[in-house]
Amino acid sequence: MPFSLLKFGLKNDYPFENDVDLPAPTELKKHYDVVIIGGGGHGVATAYYLAKYHGVTNIAILEKGYLGGGNTARNTAVIRSNYLTSEGVKFYSESVDMFKKLSNEFDFNIMYSSRGQLTLAHTDATIRSFRQRTEVNTHFGGKTELIDPQQIKELVPTLNMNPADMPVLAGLWHIDGATARHDAVAWGYAKGATQRGVELHQLTEVVDVITENNKVTGVKTNRGTVNCGCVVQAVAGHSSIVAAMAGIKMPITTYPLQAMVTQPVKPFLDPLVSSSALHCYVQQTGRGEIVFGGGSDPYPLYNTRSTLDLKESLLASAVEMFPFMANLKLMRQWAGITDMTSDYSPIMGLSPVDNYYLDAGWGTWGFKSTPICGKTMAELVASGGKVPELIAPFSMDRFDEFRQVNEMGATAASH
Amino acid sequence: MKILNCPLNGPRNITEFVYGGEVKSMPEVGCSDKEWAEYVFYNDNTIRIIQEWWFHSPSGYWFIAERHTASDEILKTYDPSEVFNQRVDFEKQSKPEKETLA
Repeated sequence: MPFSLLKFGLKNDYPFENDVDLPAPTELKKHYDVVIIGGGGHGVATAYYLAKYHGVTNIAILEKGYLGGGNTARNTAVIRSNYLTSEGVKFYSESVDMFKKLSNEFDFNIMYSSRGQLTLAHTDATIRSFRQRTEVNTHFGGKTELIDPQQIKELVPTLNMNPADMPVLAGLWHIDGATARHDAVAWGYAKGATQRGVELHQLTEVVDVITENNKVTGVKTNRGTVNCGCVVQAVAGHSSIVAAMAGIKMPITTYPLQAMVTQPVKPFLDPLVSSSALHCYVQQTGRGEIVFGGGSDPYPLYNTRSTLDLKESLLASAVEMFPFMANLKLMRQWAGITDMTSDYSPIMGLSPVDNYYLDAGWGTWGFKSTPICGKTMAELVASGGKVPELIAPFSMDRFDEFRQVNEMGATAASH
Repeated sequence: MKILNCPLNGPRNITEFVYGGEVKSMPEVGCSDKEWAEYVFYNDNTIRIIQEWWFHSPSGYWFIAERHTASDEILKTYDPSEVFNQRVDFEKQSKPEKETLA
């Protein structure tokens, strides 16, 4: 390494000029075996695993904006698997395992940082639900413990143990909890996928889905029509809108979710901390900024606007948890659009249209599932519609059969 | 602060209200499970002006609002009696079942 570095140092020209990570966009072909609508983390991960494990490379990812510019860029980058249901824990545990290995697999640093995640309980009822989550988690191979106030103090010395006059009684300590650079996850997958021949078409918006005899034959885009063997829909925030193009109605309601970040400060907070009663989660990024988020907006909307009332209440909770933050300045604030399902579980797998596969309803829990979601969706597509066991509980028809997967642990903020 | 115009109480802060879902027509008594699931869980969830239920929590009053789901502009609010002006007779529809029970 030092030698080659020295050699390049003495050269006049930049050595990697022809070695771009993402090849420039080409013209759309007439036909693709697989069209993936949505170039976010989930879409590019699906393409990556299709190319890597299943040898399917005639794939177009159609993205109306830019790579990873939707909810992949807007989430708060929490990786964890301390869920409540066995279906959820199995699924997200595998995702956490895959995240750990991603940097090596990509040869690209996604800045995975295993910090642990701490959820605070302020009532007896919450402790009971935490006990259940600890047991379910441990049973399925996750690392989660119930800890007492003394242990919490040692983990997070700056935490106010009596925020808003609600004493911290216990904590759900999820040792596997982690964070990573969210953009880098999408970039790593996109790089790996395009190297294997997948085409990523940015600024290409799907405007209609062409169906014939309950089968998708192609999609219309703002750059022309393409024929395809099948379609994967991975458009967080617009699932209902895109599915409607294929004539599918979904059990989804779409809400904005607001978050914000402060100016950078010295490292003081290692774990990711959230409070079940204050509806607020706090974490410090590698750059020292403090990110906070809370629950979704109180009513549905397709708009990433911000509201003062939600910001105020969120900040009030954050300052209760960490009083010294009252002196910090906010640097940025933003909102994402979340497709919420009524049971807080995603909708994955088959749709009423034969070769149209759904990856939707990712609400506020989409980022952490990116790797496993890509892997299982790729299996589903490559097998021509044989649903992998891991995602079978998340099929859309669970709503028709009244067997929802009640995932109360889905959001760090509300239980 | 966003203001919602309550047909009963006049303009009030939106934090006093609870969103109650899209206005949908209820399937008849004795419908299939699929129809009932569709009514309960499935939504249009689209981008346009829609009719939706809102609840003024302090006064316990349900009403209907017309709101654009992208611009968040509230165009109209009115009492539900403007839409639901006919009595729904559950008794009559479910009568056969009752007879068998008796």
